[in-house]
Amino acid sequence: MNNLLWLVPTLPLLGALLLGLFGAVLPAWCTALIGTASVGIAAIIASSIGIHWYGNAPASHVFVQDLWSWIDLPHLSIGLSLYLDPVSLLMMLVITTVGFLIHLFSTEYMAGDEGYSRYFVYLNLFVAAMLLLVLASDLLVMFVGWEGVGVCSYLLVGFWFHKPANGYAARKSFVVTRIADIAMLVGILLLAVKLGTLSIQPMLARAVEVWPHGDVWPSLAAGLLLIGGLGKSAQVPFQTWLPDAMAGPTPVSALIHAATMVTAGVYLIVRTHVLFLLAPDVLMAISIGAAITLLLAALAALVQSDIKRVLAYSTISQIGYMFLAVGVGAWSAAMFHFLTHAVFKALLFLSAGAIAMRLHHEQNIFKMGGLRNKIPLAFWSFLIGSASLAALPVVSAGSFSKEMILGSVWFDPTIGPLLWGAGLLGALITATYISRVVFLVFFGPVRTEVSGRYGVRIAVPLIVLAAGSMLVGWLETPGFLGGNRMVTVLLRPAVGAVGIHPAMDILADASGYIAPLLGVAIAFTLYRSGYWQRAATAQPNALRRLMHSGFGFDAVYDVILVRPFMALVRGLRNDPVDLVITGISVLAIRLHRALRRSQVGQVRRYAGWVMVGSIATVAILVFA
Amino acid sequence: MILVWLLVVPFLGGLLAWPSGRVHPVLPRVISFAALLLELGLLLPLLHGTAPASLIAPGHWLATFNAPWIPAFGISFRLDLDGLSWLLIVLTVVIGLFSVVVSWREIDENVGFFHANLMWSLAGSIGVFLALDLFLFFFFWEVMLVPMYFVIAIWGHENRRRAAIKFFLFTQGSGLLMLLSILALAFLHDQQTGTLTFDYFKLLENQPTGTFGYLIMLGFFIAFLVKLPSFPVHTWLPETHTEAPTAGSVILASILLKTAAYGLLRFAVPLFVAASHQIAPIAMGLGVISIFYGAILAYGQNDLKKLVAYSSISHMGFVLVGIYTFNAIAWQGVVILMIAHGISTGALFITVGSIQKRLHTRDLGQMGGLWTDLPRLSSFGAFFILASMGLPGLGNFVGEFLILRGAYAVAPTAAIIAAIGLIPAALYSLIAIQRAFHGEASTTRSFPDFGLRETAMMLALGAAIIALGIYPQPVLNVAAPGLANLTPTNTTAALPVMRTGT
Amino acid sequence: MVDLSWQVPTALASVLFIIGLLGLLARRSLVFVLMSIEIMLNAVALLFVTAGMRWGSPDGQIMFIFVINLAGAEIALGLILLLRLRTRLTTLDSDAANLLRDVQV
Repeated sequence: MNNLLWLVPTLPLLGALLLGLFGAVLPAWCTALIGTASVGIAAIIASSIGIHWYGNAPASHVFVQDLWSWIDLPHLSIGLSLYLDPVSLLMMLVITTVGFLIHLFSTEYMAGDEGYSRYFVYLNLFVAAMLLLVLASDLLVMFVGWEGVGVCSYLLVGFWFHKPANGYAARKSFVVTRIADIAMLVGILLLAVKLGTLSIQPMLARAVEVWPHGDVWPSLAAGLLLIGGLGKSAQVPFQTWLPDAMAGPTPVSALIHAATMVTAGVYLIVRTHVLFLLAPDVLMAISIGAAITLLLAALAALVQSDIKRVLAYSTISQIGYMFLAVGVGAWSAAMFHFLTHAVFKALLFLSAGAIAMRLHHEQNIFKMGGLRNKIPLAFWSFLIGSASLAALPVVSAGSFSKEMILGSVWFDPTIGPLLWGAGLLGALITATYISRVVFLVFFGPVRTEVSGRYGVRIAVPLIVLAAGSMLVGWLETPGFLGGNRMVTVLLRPAVGAVGIHPAMDILADASGYIAPLLGVAIAFTLYRSGYWQRAATAQPNALRRLMHSGFGFDAVYDVILVRPFMALVRGLRNDPVDLVITGISVLAIRLHRALRRSQVGQVRRYAGWVMVGSIATVAILVFA
Repeated sequence: MILVWLLVVPFLGGLLAWPSGRVHPVLPRVISFAALLLELGLLLPLLHGTAPASLIAPGHWLATFNAPWIPAFGISFRLDLDGLSWLLIVLTVVIGLFSVVVSWREIDENVGFFHANLMWSLAGSIGVFLALDLFLFFFFWEVMLVPMYFVIAIWGHENRRRAAIKFFLFTQGSGLLMLLSILALAFLHDQQTGTLTFDYFKLLENQPTGTFGYLIMLGFFIAFLVKLPSFPVHTWLPETHTEAPTAGSVILASILLKTAAYGLLRFAVPLFVAASHQIAPIAMGLGVISIFYGAILAYGQNDLKKLVAYSSISHMGFVLVGIYTFNAIAWQGVVILMIAHGISTGALFITVGSIQKRLHTRDLGQMGGLWTDLPRLSSFGAFFILASMGLPGLGNFVGEFLILRGAYAVAPTAAIIAAIGLIPAALYSLIAIQRAFHGEASTTRSFPDFGLRETAMMLALGAAIIALGIYPQPVLNVAAPGLANLTPTNTTAALPVMRTGT
Repeated sequence: MVDLSWQVPTALASVLFIIGLLGLLARRSLVFVLMSIEIMLNAVALLFVTAGMRWGSPDGQIMFIFVINLAGAEIALGLILLLRLRTRLTTLDSDAANLLRDVQV
C-alpha cells in the first residue's frame, strides 16, 4: 500500500499538466472532472495509506520512498525521496481530503468563469506542491514545494488579474514570503555546510551530535528556518500579506490561506523540532512572538467589516496558537490544532464563499443580515465553524485542540502562565469577533436580497466539513471526556510524548472553557445594544483605525522598505554607469568640434603650421 | 578530425546559405537548419559510451585535434573537447536551431546574408569553446563578433547603428586587451623557456606570478567581464539587446555571454591561479553588485526587452560570484546556471519578439492584459519569467542554489548578500508579469496567439528547463571531469584562501 | 683669416630659403607660390653642394641632381594643377581653392 505513496503528489501534478496543455480545448465538465478527480483519487490513496498505517505501521514508524537522485555531487547529495511518518501522514490526509472537498466546491463556485481551466491548473499544482512540501525527506526538496506553493498562492491571489489591486495583493503576498524564504534559504545553506547533509533525519541526528544544547549555530540555523516559517505562516512581523491575499477566489482562501499552506511554518518547525530543541532561546522567541501575533490579529479581526478579512485575521491568530504550542514544545498539540483548524477554517471560508455567491459577491458584513432563514445551509455551516473557531466547549473540535494547547502552555516552566494568559485572552477575543460576525450576518433585518440556489457540489463539502468540525475533536479528548489520545499516540513515534500533562488546575481548566462563552456573551450584549452597528458608521477614532489597518505594519514597511527601494529604482533607472561611458563619447565629440576649427582649407595656412612645426622640432632637437 | 568538422559544418552552411537566398528566401533557412541538425548529429555521438568515472583525470578529453598553423610563431590549430565544452556547444547548436526557427517569419530582407552571419557567429562561438591555442582562441573570439555586428546593424530595430557600434567598440576594445595579454603571456613564456608557443597546456605549466602576472591576468579578466557582462562594463548589453533582432538577442544572451564565463573558467582562472585568488574578492564584489544593480534597474525599465537584458546582468552576477569561489560545487552551479539562463532568457527574448511582432511595441506601458488576448503566449512568458526568477524545480534554481552553496563554504558573506539578491529578482519578475500579461488592456485588440511553430518551440524550451530543474544529474556528470581538471587545486596548495569541495 | 668658403654659400642658402618661405606664406597667386617653392628647393640644393664641398664628398652633388629632378617633376605637376585650377575657378588665388575646409569656420 505504502508503495503507492508517489502517486499522491503525482496525480494532482498530472492533472495540472493535462489541464495546462489541453485545458483550452476541453469542455468545462471535463476540466472539473480532471481537476477534482486527480485530487480525489490522491485523497483515496492517501486515506488507504492512512488506514493501512493504523494497523500495520512500519516498526520505525517511517516509510521512505526513494524516487531519484536529484543532485549528487561530492559533499552534496540531495535525493528526491518521499518521507512518510505520522506527522507527514496527518498533513497529507488533511491536504488531500480538504483539498478534494474544496476542489469539489470550486467546480460549482467558479462555474462560468473565463479562467475555469486555468483555475484548476493552479489549484492542482498547489496541491501537488503542498504534498511535496510535507512529504519531502530533504530540506531542499521541501524548499521546492515551499516555493511552489508560494507561486501557486501568487497565481491564485492574482487569479482575477484584470483588477490591478488583485495583482498588487498577489505580488505583496509573494514578495513578503520571499523575503522570509531567503532567510530560510540561508538557513539551509548554513545547515548544508555545517552538517554536510540536507536530508532531514540524518541532518537532525548530526546536529545533535555536533552542536551542544543552546549553542550559537543551532540557534542561528533554527532562527533562520523560523523566519521562513513566520513568513509563510503570516506571523508577526510578516503577517501583512495575508489579509490582502483575500483578493483571490474564496475557495483558494479556504485551501491555501487557511487550511494548508499557511500552516507550513508550523509543519517546518515540527519536522525539524530536534534542531529547535537545541535552541531554547529560539523556542522562547517563538512563543512570545506567537502570543503577540495571536492577540494583535484577534484585535484586528474585531473591527474588520469584510467577512473574509475577519477570517484572514482569525487565521493569523489561530496559527499564532499553533506557534504558541510549538514554542513550548507541545508538538502534538500544534499538529492537533492544525487538524481542527484546517477543517473548521476551510468550513468558515467555504461558508463565506457560499454566502457571497448568493449575495452578488457582497463581502461586507454590515450589508448582510437576517440570512439565518434565507440560506439555512450557509447559516448552519458557518455557525458550526464559528463555534469551533470560538472553541465552544464540547460541541466543537476547536475547543479540544485549543484546550490542549493552553494546557501545554500552562506547564511551560519559564513564562508558561503568562503565555497561558495571553492565549486565554485571545480565546475570549476570538469568541467575541466571530460571534459579532455571526450576529451581524445572520440575525437582524435583511439588507441585501438573496438570489440563486446551491447545487450538490456546494452542499456536500459544507456538510462534510461541518460534521468534521464537530467531530474531529473527539480524536483527542481531555480526561473527563474519555481521555482519547489518538493524535498523541499517532504522533508519538515522530515527535515524542511531549505535551501530555496531568490535569491542570481545575480553575485554570475551567477558565479555558468559560472564556469563549464569555466572549459570545460580550458579542451578544454589544449586538443587542447596537454597538457594533453604530461603530461601523461612526467616524473611527485613532485606536480603531490602527486596529483596522492591522496595527500599521504596512505603513511602517512602506516607509522603511518600499519607498527607499522605489527611490533607488527612480535614481538608477537610466543607468548612471552608462552616463559615464556615454560621457567618453561626448568628450570625443567636444574634442572633435574644437579641432575641426583648424581645418580651414587654405594651403598657405597649412604651410605656415608646417613651418611652425618644423621650427619647433628643430628647436627641440637642438636645445634639448 | 571530427572537431574540425564541427567548425566546418556551420561555416560551410553559412557560406551556402548566402547565395542561396537569391534563389529562394526559404533556402537559407532550410540550409542553416539542416547544417545545425547535422552538427547536432556529429556532437551527440561524441559523448556516447564515455562513462563518467573513466573521464576523470588526464584522459577526460572527449576528442582532440592538433595541427600546426603558423609554426614560426608557435601557433597551432589546436582543438580539444571536454564535457564542459561539449555542453556549451550543444547549447550553442540548440539555441542556434531556435534562432533559425524564430527568424523564419521575422527576417525577410536579405535572408541569405542574415543566415550566413548567424551561422558564422555560431561557428565562431563553437570555435571559442573548442580552441585551446590562445591565438586561435582570440581568432575565434573575433570571428564570433563581426557577424554579430552585422546582424545587429542591418536587421536591428530603430537605433540599431548606435547599438551595433557600441557593441563593437566594447567587445573589440576589451578583445584588444586580451590580445595584449595573450602576447605578453606568450613572450614571457618565450623568455623563460626559450620556446614561443600559444599552446594552452604549455602555458599552463609556467604561470606568471607577481605584479606582472596580475596585470596580464587583468587583460583577460576585463575582456571577459565586458563580455559577461558585469557591472560597471555592462552598459553595451541593454542597448544591444534592445536593438538586435530576436535571433540576435537570443544568440547574444544564450551563447555569447556564456563564452565569457567559459573564458573565465578555462583561461583566466587556471592560467593565473595566484593572481585570480588575489582578485577574487573584487570579482565577487562586482558579481554581487551586478546582481543588485541589474535587478534594480530591471525593475525600473519600461522596455520589456531592456528589462530582460538587465535581468541577464543580474544572473551573470551569480555566475561571476560562483566562478571566483573556486569551489567545485559552485562551478557545477555555474555550468547549470549558464545552460538554464541560456534556455530561459532565450525563451524570454523569443516571447518579447513575438509580442513586438504583434503589438509593434516593447513598451510595457502599452501592454497589460495580454493574458486575455494571448493566453498561450502569456502563460509561456510567465512561466519563463518565473523560471528565470529562480523558481525551485526549474533549472535556474539548481544553478543558483549550487553557486550559493559553494560560495557559502568559502565566502559566507558574499553568499548571503547574493542570496538576498533573489528578493529584487522576485520584484522585477512579478512586475514584468503584472505589466505585460496581467491587468486590463488599454484598448481593444485582437491578435493571433502562438501558432504551432511557436508553441512547439516554447514547449521544447520549457521541457528542457523543467528537465534541468528536476534531473540535472546528467549535466553534472558530463561537466564534472572537465571542471575537476580546471579547479585550481594542484598548483596552489600554499594559498590560504584555497578551499575546494567543502 | 677665417675661411669663408662654405659659410657664405650656407648663409646665401638660408637667405634664399627664407625668401622662398615668406613668398609661399605671403603670396596668394599660385604662380608665385610655385616660384617660391622653386627658390626653396634651390636653397636646399645649394646647401647640399656646399656641404659636399665642405666634407669633400660627391654625395652633395648627387643630391643636387636629385633635387633638380625633383624640382622639375614638381613644377610639371604644379603647373598642370595650376592650369586645371584656373579653368575651374577662373582665378589663381590659392585661398579660393578651399573646398577641403571644414563645413563652417
